[in-house]
Amino acid sequence: MLSSHIKKTGNSLEKTEKGSWVMKYIISGILGAAALGLMATAASAGTLEDVKAKGFLQCGVSTGLAGFSAPNDKGDWQGLDVDFCRAVAAAIFGDGTKVKFTPLSAKERFTALQSGEIDMLSRNTTWTINRDTALGLNFVGVTYYDGQGFMINAKKLPGVNSALQLSGAAVCVQTGTTTELNLADYFKANKMEYSPVVFEKLEEVDAAYDAGRCDVYTTDQSGLYGIRLKLSSPDDHVVLPEIISKEPLGPAVRQGDDKWYHIVKWVYFGLLTAEELGITQANVEEMKASGNPEIKRVLGTEADTKIGTDLGLGNDWVVNIVKAVGNYGEVFERNVGQGSPLKIARGINALWTKGGLQYAPPIR
Amino acid sequence: MATQDIPQDVGGGRASLFYDPKVRGIFFQILVVVALVAFVYWIIGNTVENLKRANIASGFAFLNGRAGFDVSDTLIAFDSDSTYRRALLVGFINTLVVAAAGIVTASILGFLIGIGRLSHNWLIRKICTVYVELFRNIPPLLVIFFWYFGVLSVLPLPKESIELPFGSFLNSRGFYFPKMVWGEGSMLVPVALLLGIAMSWFVARRAKQRQMATGATFPVFWTSVALIIGLPFLALVATGFPLSFDFPQKSTFNLTGGLQIKPEFLSLYLALSFYTAAFIAEIVRAGIRGVSSGQSEASAALGLRSAQALRLVVVPQALRIVIPPLTSQFLNLTKNSSLAIAIGYPDLVAVGGTVLNQTGQAIEIVVIWMVVYLGLSLITSAFMNWFNAKMALVER
Repeated sequence: MLSSHIKKTGNSLEKTEKGSWVMKYIISGILGAAALGLMATAASAGTLEDVKAKGFLQCGVSTGLAGFSAPNDKGDWQGLDVDFCRAVAAAIFGDGTKVKFTPLSAKERFTALQSGEIDMLSRNTTWTINRDTALGLNFVGVTYYDGQGFMINAKKLPGVNSALQLSGAAVCVQTGTTTELNLADYFKANKMEYSPVVFEKLEEVDAAYDAGRCDVYTTDQSGLYGIRLKLSSPDDHVVLPEIISKEPLGPAVRQGDDKWYHIVKWVYFGLLTAEELGITQANVEEMKASGNPEIKRVLGTEADTKIGTDLGLGNDWVVNIVKAVGNYGEVFERNVGQGSPLKIARGINALWTKGGLQYAPPIR
Repeated sequence: MATQDIPQDVGGGRASLFYDPKVRGIFFQILVVVALVAFVYWIIGNTVENLKRANIASGFAFLNGRAGFDVSDTLIAFDSDSTYRRALLVGFINTLVVAAAGIVTASILGFLIGIGRLSHNWLIRKICTVYVELFRNIPPLLVIFFWYFGVLSVLPLPKESIELPFGSFLNSRGFYFPKMVWGEGSMLVPVALLLGIAMSWFVARRAKQRQMATGATFPVFWTSVALIIGLPFLALVATGFPLSFDFPQKSTFNLTGGLQIKPEFLSLYLALSFYTAAFIAEIVRAGIRGVSSGQSEASAALGLRSAQALRLVVVPQALRIVIPPLTSQFLNLTKNSSLAIAIGYPDLVAVGGTVLNQTGQAIEIVVIWMVVYLGLSLITSAFMNWFNAKMALVER
C-alpha cells in the first residue's frame, strides 16, 4: 500500500518536471521521510509497554457523574469507573495510585481514545455495535448494566407518574449519547411530541434542568439518581418507573492491541472472580494461604503458575487489584450501592450466582 | 513574481541556464509548489492509512445515514428519520439565520451608538461611551451567558408566563407569539407588498430626477411608507381579511400553538448583536471623525441643516472609511456564532458535534466545519469588497 503510494507520486512528479535531477532528489527525500514517518508509527510499542514506560495509566473518565467518576471535596477522583481504572493500574504496577484521569465530555471521549491521548476509556459508555465496529474501539465487558430513565419535578408536575404522559414536554439531554437517540426513538414509537434541549456537558444539562428550562431530564437511570443529589431541592424530583433502553456501560480500549485488550478485560473478570470466591480487600492476605486450588490459581500462589505472566502481568495481579480497590461487590457498594449516597440496589448487577448478570469466565 | 531582470551577458554564451535568474526563479517556484502538493498528498495518504490501521471507517458516505436524533430549532422539516446530511444543513441554516439577524441588528445598533458618541448631548454621549467600553471589554462568551443565565433563565416558568399584548407570552422557555394563518386569496397580500416596494423605488427615482432638473423636493420617505404598508393593507381589505391567528395556549408542560423563539436563539442573537455593536460603534465614530470638519462647515455654508449635512455629506464619505473594518466585524460575528454550543443552540458546530459523536467521523466533520466557515467568510468579504468598490470615491 505504502510503496505503491510512493511509486505513483514519484511517477506523476517525474512527468511534470522531466529531467530535473534536483527535483527528483528532493522529492525522494520528502517521500522517504514520509515513509519513515509511517514506519515509525507502525513499529511503535504496545500500550502496555507505553504505560509501563510512562509509569502511570492515563484513564478517560466523565467530567463529573456522582457514583461513577467525580472528584470529591478533596479533589480526588471517586466512583465505579474511577476504581476500575485504579484496578487496571494496580494489576500493572501493583499500585492503584499510578493512574492519571482525563475528564472527557461525551463528545470528546472516542476521539481521545482513538488518538492515543488516553490508554483506556472508563466513562459510563454504552456498548453498541457501531462503537465496537466503526469507531475502532473494543469494549471489554459490562461493568454496570443500566437503562435509560426519566426524571421530573413532581412538585411542579403533580399529575405525571408515567413517561407516556410526557407528550409536549421539553426534555433536557446530553448531546452525542445513545440517550439522545433512544429518546427520539421512544417518543416516535409512542407518537408523542417533545422539544429537545441539548447541551454538550453534563453540568450544563444539570443547570438547565435545575433552572426549569426543561420539564424532563433523561439519561441512564443510575445517572439520574446521582444527578438528583446535586439539584437544589432533591426531594422534589422523582425518577419515573419506565426504563426505555438497554445501556450496558463498560470500559473500552483501542482496536489492534490484543494484549492490552486482554489485560483490561481480565482485570474486570478478576474483580468478578474475587467477589465470587469471597476474596475481599480485608481478607486477601489470609486468602493467599488458602488451600483451595481455585483461590490459589486466582491469587497466583499455585506452584509454577503462568496465568499472570501469560497475561503480561505479575502472577499476583488479582492480589494487587483487590488490595487496591476490593472486589467488584465492594467497588459497587462503596460507589453506587448502600455505602454511597446513591443507594442503588445490586439488581441485575449482582453476580450470576445471586440472580444477576455479572459472570466471569473461569481463570485457569 | 520575485524575479529581477538582470541584463544578460550577451557576449558570453557559456553562461549556464542554471545561472539565469529568470529560469532559476521559475524553477524554485515550481519546486515550492510541487513540494507543497507532495506534502499535502502525503498528509492525506498518511491519515487515510492510519485510520485504516486503527479500524476507523472514513469517507463521507455516513452523511446518508439516518440521524436518529432530534434538533430543537429547525427551519426546514427535520425529524429523527432524516439523514445526517440534513441535520448538518439544519445547523448550517441556523448559523446563517443567527449571523444574518445579528449582523443587521449589530449594524443598526452600532451606527446609532457611534453617532450617539458624537452627540452634543452630554447624557447620550456618556451612555454610549459606557455601553461601548462595557461590551467591548467583555469576552463574547460571557455576554452570551449574561443573556442566557442572567436574563432569560430568570423569567417565570410557563405556568406563570408574563402576558404581553397581542396574545404573546414571555417565559423561561422563550418568547411565544401568535402564528399568522393565511386563508384563501391571501396571495394578493405579498403581491401588493412587492408592488408597493417597486412603486416606491420608481417614485424615489422620479423624485431624484425632478430634484436634479428643477430643485423641487418630494417627500419620498412618507410616500414609500404609505405605499409599502398601505397597498398590502388595501389588499387585505379587498379580500375580506383572509387572515386568522393561532394563539399560544397553556398546556400541561409548555405553551402550545403559535410560534416560539427559543431562549437559546434569543440569547445568542442578542449577545452577538450587543457585543459586535460596540465595535461597530467605534468604527462608525472613527469614520465620521475621519471626514474633515471643512465638509460640515461647507454644508452649513450651503444652507444644509445639520441632519441633512450628516445624511448627504458626512455619512457617504464616512462609509468609505467604515466599510473595510466593518467587513471584519461581520466576519467576527459569523465566527463567534459558533459559541452557540455553550448554550445549546443548534448551529453548525453544535449539530456537527452531535453528528461527529454519533458517527465517530471526526476528521470529516472538522473538514465540513472548516469548509463551511471559510466559504461563509469568503462570500461575506467578497460582497463587502464589491460594496466597498461601489462606495469608493469615483475619480473623475
